[in-house]
Amino acid sequence: MAEFTIIGKPIAMVDAAGKTTGAGKYTDDLSLPGMLIGKILHSPCPHARIKRIDTRRAKALDGVVAVVTGADAPKTYGILPVGHDETALAVDKVRYVGDNVACVTAVDEATAENALELIDVEYEVLPAYFDPEESMKAETDLIHEGKPHNIEKDYHHVFGDPEKAFREADYVAEGRFIANEVTHAAMEPHSTLASFELDPHTGNLGRLTVWSSTQVPYYLQHKLSLVLEMPMSQIRVIKPLVGGGFGGKSEVIPLEIIAAVAARAARAPVKVTYTREEVFWAHRGRPRTIVDLKTAVKNDGRITAVKARVVQDGGAYCSYGVVTILYSGALLGALYDIPNIQYDGYRVLTNKPACGAMRGHGTVNVRFAFESQLDEISAKLGIDPAEIRRRNLLKPPCITINGLRVQSYGLPESIEQVVERSGWKQRKGKLSKGRGLGLGCSHYVSGAANSIIRSDMPHSTVNIKIDRDGGVVVYTGASEIGQGSDTMTAQIAAEVLGCSLARVKVVAADTDLTPIDIGSYSSRVTFMAGNATLRAAEQVREQIASAAARKMNCAIEDLVFGDDKVARQGLAGGSGTGEAPVPTQPGATASGRVEGQILRGSLQQKRTEEGPKDRMSFEEAVVAAIDFHGALTGTGSYAPPAEARGGKHKGAGVGPSPAYSYSAQVAEVSVDEDTGEVTVHKVWAAHDCGRALNPVAVEGQIIGSVWMGLGQALQEEMVWKDGMLMNPGLLEYRSPSAVESPKIEPIIIESIDPEGPFGAKECSEGSLAATIPAIANAIYDAVGIRLHESPFTPERVLAALRAKKNAKAINMTQGVDPLAPTRFREHGGSLCFRGKGPERHRLDPARRETAGEAGGDD
Amino acid sequence: MKKELIELKVNGRMRELAVAPSKVLLEVLREDLQLTGSKRGCDDSSCGACTVLVDGTPMLSCTLLAASCQEQEITTVEGISEHGSLAAIQKAYGDRGGAQCGYCTPGFIITVKHLLSVNPNPSDEEIREALSGNLCRCTGYSQMYEAIKAAIEAEQRGLAAL
Ligand code: FES
Ligand code: FES
Repeated sequence: MAEFTIIGKPIAMVDAAGKTTGAGKYTDDLSLPGMLIGKILHSPCPHARIKRIDTRRAKALDGVVAVVTGADAPKTYGILPVGHDETALAVDKVRYVGDNVACVTAVDEATAENALELIDVEYEVLPAYFDPEESMKAETDLIHEGKPHNIEKDYHHVFGDPEKAFREADYVAEGRFIANEVTHAAMEPHSTLASFELDPHTGNLGRLTVWSSTQVPYYLQHKLSLVLEMPMSQIRVIKPLVGGGFGGKSEVIPLEIIAAVAARAARAPVKVTYTREEVFWAHRGRPRTIVDLKTAVKNDGRITAVKARVVQDGGAYCSYGVVTILYSGALLGALYDIPNIQYDGYRVLTNKPACGAMRGHGTVNVRFAFESQLDEISAKLGIDPAEIRRRNLLKPPCITINGLRVQSYGLPESIEQVVERSGWKQRKGKLSKGRGLGLGCSHYVSGAANSIIRSDMPHSTVNIKIDRDGGVVVYTGASEIGQGSDTMTAQIAAEVLGCSLARVKVVAADTDLTPIDIGSYSSRVTFMAGNATLRAAEQVREQIASAAARKMNCAIEDLVFGDDKVARQGLAGGSGTGEAPVPTQPGATASGRVEGQILRGSLQQKRTEEGPKDRMSFEEAVVAAIDFHGALTGTGSYAPPAEARGGKHKGAGVGPSPAYSYSAQVAEVSVDEDTGEVTVHKVWAAHDCGRALNPVAVEGQIIGSVWMGLGQALQEEMVWKDGMLMNPGLLEYRSPSAVESPKIEPIIIESIDPEGPFGAKECSEGSLAATIPAIANAIYDAVGIRLHESPFTPERVLAALRAKKNAKAINMTQGVDPLAPTRFREHGGSLCFRGKGPERHRLDPARRETAGEAGGDD
Repeated sequence: MKKELIELKVNGRMRELAVAPSKVLLEVLREDLQLTGSKRGCDDSSCGACTVLVDGTPMLSCTLLAASCQEQEITTVEGISEHGSLAAIQKAYGDRGGAQCGYCTPGFIITVKHLLSVNPNPSDEEIREALSGNLCRCTGYSQMYEAIKAAIEAEQRGLAAL
């Protein structure tokens, strides 16, 4: 194995000190002279036509500078080219409680908030749709024109011959699984600061600079240009530190556009920062998903076919929806060897905040269903759950039936590791009453092989500049969001150049300075930006090497880079490979410049006096290279290879990746049969990340993913009542605290991917999906109940325990009252609290039972 | 609203400020004093990102009226670094992955600082309890525990060397 000096070492993030001292700046920490504060007016109606907006009273309030509405920027946009259905502020219609109606800019927050109260909006309330299966029946009052039955998109894929496989199966398992809606709840609420410059030539508003909490600066630049109708070249997007993303900042969030529109109207810098409640409305989380799953197996446990029908409750806008519904189907492949697949996916619009991409995008809920069903099958056939998975492994390198190319495949080893470390063989089924072990597996892409906008452009480009001071500056568009993007970049550059990490400065995510990178989503950064960094650094190293070889009178191949030095290989052993050395021409500089004309360091002067030698310091080598080449810069880019880009069928673009990560987990839980409470004691989580470039960071990502999966499995859920979010706060949403978080043992598996940078793959998302079924399966092992709906709250556990005792099935989706008053706010947040809503159309199904005023009654 | 003149001792320095009586300490720190290390993560005192020490006790600065802190001693995360270098806990959080996105970190640093000042050798259970008022969405807390233990060790080694 190759020896590395920086790769594979546990090191602190390059930006860690700024975070631990409070010196690091996030968007909301920034301010500009004359900056105004923007506040957004949100819709109290789930679905309504705007008949009239009167902002005059608000505008007249002392301290208010401007009020903008939909008419100020009516152009549509959306993160996907096929989903341009949003506007900065509502034009004609609002589509969910919390939809954006107007924005006030004022000298301070209190004034802006007061002004919101003075905006008069007259709504014509329309019937609203809250349940996806109901929404699919809609004939009238559609949420978006041109989307019949409120179906955003449906896909129907058949690979192989599933019908035949089902006919010939020894056993077929079938079931409905429901995973309720969850959201990212990143600790940093979204924030955007927008500021225009005056153009010196026209005297009017000129270039726009936007600082924003975003994972995707380049997409933001693109959408701003669409909506503001300005060329992209006139817009600069800068990403300061971002306080967590998890997908929630991986598309353009309304405030990012609204801040710019407001700044344009106010002719002053405007900052808009969401309240926590607004973050919940902005949402873009993981949709409630209904999975009807059927799996065919042979008696030996071999899976012969899978059939899945997936309905996602997408909310009011497309967002990433088309991609989400495709991932749900595509990633049925590439984990196990499944020869026949049928997939029917429906992304449905409802009058709730839009769902989008969230950690494990599209795969998590289907994986919960699949791994749970596989566990049912293993129990039915009497095959150990680990063994049944072993019998269905892929044999890479291979291309799956649905066109996904798999090369490195650390799943078998991951299973072995968790089985061994958890004492699976000795302990499974033998733990005390109410305690059990469960196994689950998952995988994820290391970046999508096809970008959102299909083109041949590189997905990542990285530039490196080294100057005479020997400082290495790496320019990357990749977005650090806490996952370690900047550190990974610095590590790769330093490793390739053989210099210390301290020498490397990363300039990232500033569209004026850094080359295009499509952003931090789909776990693409290490693989793609990492490869681009590797190539850029190699290019620079070649230049340094050619100059150094000349100076040292040896062949380029004889040079080794390391320890902030460039040295001849095997110094002790003599003159290297024996090839004819590159002759040096004393006296003449390679760059053709006259000696002494340009500023040179004292080191350089010393070196010229000394003549050829066996080693050079990094600075000396750099100065030599600059003299030789004129400037020392390198550029590298990465585009996924054609072979990895998937098949030809409709929707084939989503799912393919240059490499997949693999994860296997064992969860140990206990279930209190009296209270229904599930306690997770420990999770053993093995993750194949190709190569761990920075083991502390990799372990942090594995633990974080498992922990977030645990939240979804046990307690997190967005609870809705007539389109009103009933738990828009961190306590009510119940993000797990330290006391609720179990021990998680991360186990790094290194399969060394042939195309990853130093063999590395994804490590930030793939683990999440395995946790939920591992816990579900452990609950089965503990008390013998199969939970088909997440989260596994005490109510659902008790319902299932009751059903088991009576041997009578309970439909758990009806058996649970999610509005259990002890857990949630009853007022549903500020809109209701202020007595403003929600208003209901009189034909709304939600109103039929309660003839009186719905909501707003506290 | 008429502003009031108040005096706060922030990170060892006396500051005189004119603040509206309704202004919370977090806003005063972030806006009037540009000490943006303390963060706002929620609307309802649920996240702990805004935690500061008020006369040595960890408090949620988002829920505390600045005017009520008259002449009290406030320590924010900016006041934790010792003599211009990283305190043991800050270094350990960096080394052990205790901070990923870092948004929750200032609140945790303050909370841990307080924990270790009242209980220099906390058990695992005590650490969990102490941290449970602060939310983190990135780390799952595990690497924070390691960081805290490493910091305790570093402190002890430091003391032994004296
Ligand atoms: S900001 Fe969340 S508790 Fe203070
Ligand atoms: S490190 Fe991101 S919230 Fe704690």
